[in-house]
Amino acid sequence: MTLAPPSDRLTVDASGRRRSARSGRAPGRTPIGYVFVSLYALLALAFGIIPTLYAILLAFTNADGGFAGFNNFVTVVTDFRFWPAVLHVTLYLVIWLIALVIFVVLLALLVHGLRARWASTSLRFVYYLPGALAGASSVLLWLFVLDPTASPVSGLLRLMGFNSFVQVIQPGNLPAIFAIIAFWTGAGGWIVIMYGALNNISTDILEAARIDGANAVQIAIRIQLPMLRKWIAYMGVMSLAAGTQLFVEPQLLSQASNGVVPNDYSLNQLAYQYAFEQNDFNGAAAISLILLIVALLLSWVFVTRGGLFERE
Amino acid sequence: MTALSTGQRSRVSLRGWSGRAVAGLVLIVFVLFFVIPIVWLLFAVTKSSRALIVDNPFSLGSWTDFVANWNQLFGFQDGAVTTWIANSAEYALGALVITLVVSIPAGYALALTEFKLRKPLLVLTLVVMLIPSTALVLPIFLELNSVGLIGSPLSVILPMSFFPFGVYLTYIYFSTSIPRDLLAAARIDGCSELQVFARVALPLGAPIVALVAFFSFVQNWNNFFLPFVMLPSSDGYPIQVGLTSLLSSTPAFNPSSAGSDSVQLPTLALATIVSVLPVLIVFLFSQRFLVTGMTAGGTKE
Repeated sequence: MTLAPPSDRLTVDASGRRRSARSGRAPGRTPIGYVFVSLYALLALAFGIIPTLYAILLAFTNADGGFAGFNNFVTVVTDFRFWPAVLHVTLYLVIWLIALVIFVVLLALLVHGLRARWASTSLRFVYYLPGALAGASSVLLWLFVLDPTASPVSGLLRLMGFNSFVQVIQPGNLPAIFAIIAFWTGAGGWIVIMYGALNNISTDILEAARIDGANAVQIAIRIQLPMLRKWIAYMGVMSLAAGTQLFVEPQLLSQASNGVVPNDYSLNQLAYQYAFEQNDFNGAAAISLILLIVALLLSWVFVTRGGLFERE
Repeated sequence: MTALSTGQRSRVSLRGWSGRAVAGLVLIVFVLFFVIPIVWLLFAVTKSSRALIVDNPFSLGSWTDFVANWNQLFGFQDGAVTTWIANSAEYALGALVITLVVSIPAGYALALTEFKLRKPLLVLTLVVMLIPSTALVLPIFLELNSVGLIGSPLSVILPMSFFPFGVYLTYIYFSTSIPRDLLAAARIDGCSELQVFARVALPLGAPIVALVAFFSFVQNWNNFFLPFVMLPSSDGYPIQVGLTSLLSSTPAFNPSSAGSDSVQLPTLALATIVSVLPVLIVFLFSQRFLVTGMTAGGTKE
């Protein structure tokens, strides 16, 4: 679960400087800060910086350690499995993100609009609960739900024309299926976060709008949505970056379907194939690097363009 | 928490019965969507594999069938499931302890002390926090492979202990909720820097320690890709990876597996519940604080 709240208080810039001017440490003291961050810095080095550098090194060398230029990247990108994997992940991301933005915002607004406190609290809890079933467990549960023979909603599946598990997991359905699984486990956390953001909108503004005769829908569109903008952008970019790493869903589905779903469906699976089936660690590093660059670019857009970490 | 009380009066309520009906319908449809799979799962583990298919999905099976499923699950490969759960506990708790020992002082130092590398470290934390942890798994594998750590519990525990989100949360908490004057006063009273941290900051930081511990535990327990890549042998699997072994021994999903040690569907359902039970318990106990307080770190006022 990566539910990091964007904060208007992250004071990397101006206030950090102001703070240091105000209460700098006493002269002559050891900078105790270094002691406190030393272990963290060590871990950051070992599991953040070094692996990244090592991946770069491997991606640009060949199996014998010689310089390979962009050969690994060419091999990977021209692999017949690469572009289909890109397409699969992209389709999944499009469906998932649209569903996430529309339904999370809609549900947060509706739950926030409830007058009864108990109803609002219990709904948030119910929506949040599936978050406890993440990873392989949630995929396993959805294998049952999608199998018409055992499914609790087999009637619904048959109504939609699905009579067997294999029919359900046809390639065309997979992006939607993965989006549903991801939405089921992840949406609740975001609804809770959006709800918190809605709570922070000043009462006066809403009161004023109501006196001016705005109805609930108008208030939602003209006031609440614009004020949620940052949080929606934040959710979008975090989910986008995480979604590029699709792995456990297609991996388990591939296993459960006897290969009807290929085991190189997503980019991460392909990287895994390179490393562990073909023993081509350089190729795997090249794919990892491509995924890492995409994730980094997205976070860069998020930090610089989103304005999420700026003070208002 | 204060956000809630101020929020009481700012609610925008839908007027008119048709608007309310539509809103209610949407809310209920999603309740069903989120809840039906879980409720079904609870019923499924009490059934025989025949009853699972023939009977009403939401009917209760029998205690005998539940016991049979339980025995089949824990008898699988001579008690492999027990080993996997023990492994999960070892990895998740080991990483949790290291995460707390590492992150809390680091977040505190970033928030309340001054040193030259403070800002670069903060930016690094921010960037790494935004990178999905999965993105670094293969590079970390390659790194640990070159130092011969693959297959050891440390290959899972150490990477999971690196938890920039925890450092960020601690940083936000300490920089907004602890007045620097308080620390200064303690220093004047003769506290060493270590004592200031241990006697003043840490007791005040109890809520954030709990929050970081919660996120770290849940994330570690549910982690799939990292242990899947790092641990080659079944003896070392955590339960999340162990589930794949159970899945491949389930004839309903893998017909070639029909053999002496095959797993029936209700047993697989039971495995799903067992695999998330610790997280589910933690969830239920911290429900109030999660549903209301999860945004506490990121909201204003």
